[in-house]
Amino acid sequence: MIDLGPHAVYIVSAYAGVAIVTFGLIAWVLLNSKKQQSRLADLDARGVKRRSQG
Amino acid sequence: MSVQAKTPNWFSKLAHPGVFLSWSQHWIMPLAVLTLITFVIGLYYAFFNSPADYQMGETVRIMYIHVPNAWLSQMVYGLMAVSAIGSLVWRHPLADVAMKAAAPLGAAFTALALFTGSLWGRPTWGTFWEWDGRMTSTLVLFLMYIGLVALWQTFNDQSRGARIIAIFTLVGAINIPIIKFSVEWWNTLHQPSIIKADGLSMPPSIATPLVIMMLAFTLLFFTLHMIAMRSEIQRRRANNLERQHINQTMGISQ
Repeated sequence: MIDLGPHAVYIVSAYAGVAIVTFGLIAWVLLNSKKQQSRLADLDARGVKRRSQG
Repeated sequence: MSVQAKTPNWFSKLAHPGVFLSWSQHWIMPLAVLTLITFVIGLYYAFFNSPADYQMGETVRIMYIHVPNAWLSQMVYGLMAVSAIGSLVWRHPLADVAMKAAAPLGAAFTALALFTGSLWGRPTWGTFWEWDGRMTSTLVLFLMYIGLVALWQTFNDQSRGARIIAIFTLVGAINIPIIKFSVEWWNTLHQPSIIKADGLSMPPSIATPLVIMMLAFTLLFFTLHMIAMRSEIQRRRANNLERQHINQTMGISQ
């Protein structure tokens, strides 16, 4: 690992913060996507379909 | 007098929510892979293939995550403003969806721009925060994003809400040039803009990781935005189906 000098704590904190928020954001977007897909799949399984699908 | 129905152009067809759901599913994985590869290359350059700055030393590496987030904080709002025009002028449902899906992402990137800027400011300027033009206007942008995210939650009728939120979004767009030119209009601790009409004002060894990281974060945004747009369309479909099902069950005709 490279030597980040006397201000390493600021550099590491900045990257750690960005990593946490970015991964959190990705997880939130993906979980929401899964949730909506399963809602639609559940409705489809119960026979509730869009009018265009008959 | 006969009224002839207007044939939708290719863009209208492409932007139809159903058609969007169909073509966008093929774009997500390639975009995600491209984003990941760009991040790996960008981080390699940021830590192992770029020098310390002659003035800022190693803290220049914070720039490789601060500038991309600052760029996205403004770019995402710009996209929301364009979508707001699409929503108000053409009343296009996909414009509403694009506007809504972008708001929480923009809020997160703006929060990261403030966070990384603060951590960069402490060793560089000696302070985490200063109420100057650039930082204050970026904080205002963050609060606007939060306000817009909250506003979306208050409307049951999303298409009616979209028109009101589009107006708020366009009014708020005045803050974007204020952020951009704040470093030129007022005395500030913040350095002048590094992105100029004639390119980046820095040596190639530092510009290279910065450009790659900007590309990586931009790709990340477009990947997440596409997924979030798809989720919003699916959420609206599921809501409509549930409403339709309840009405059918209760014998209410629509």
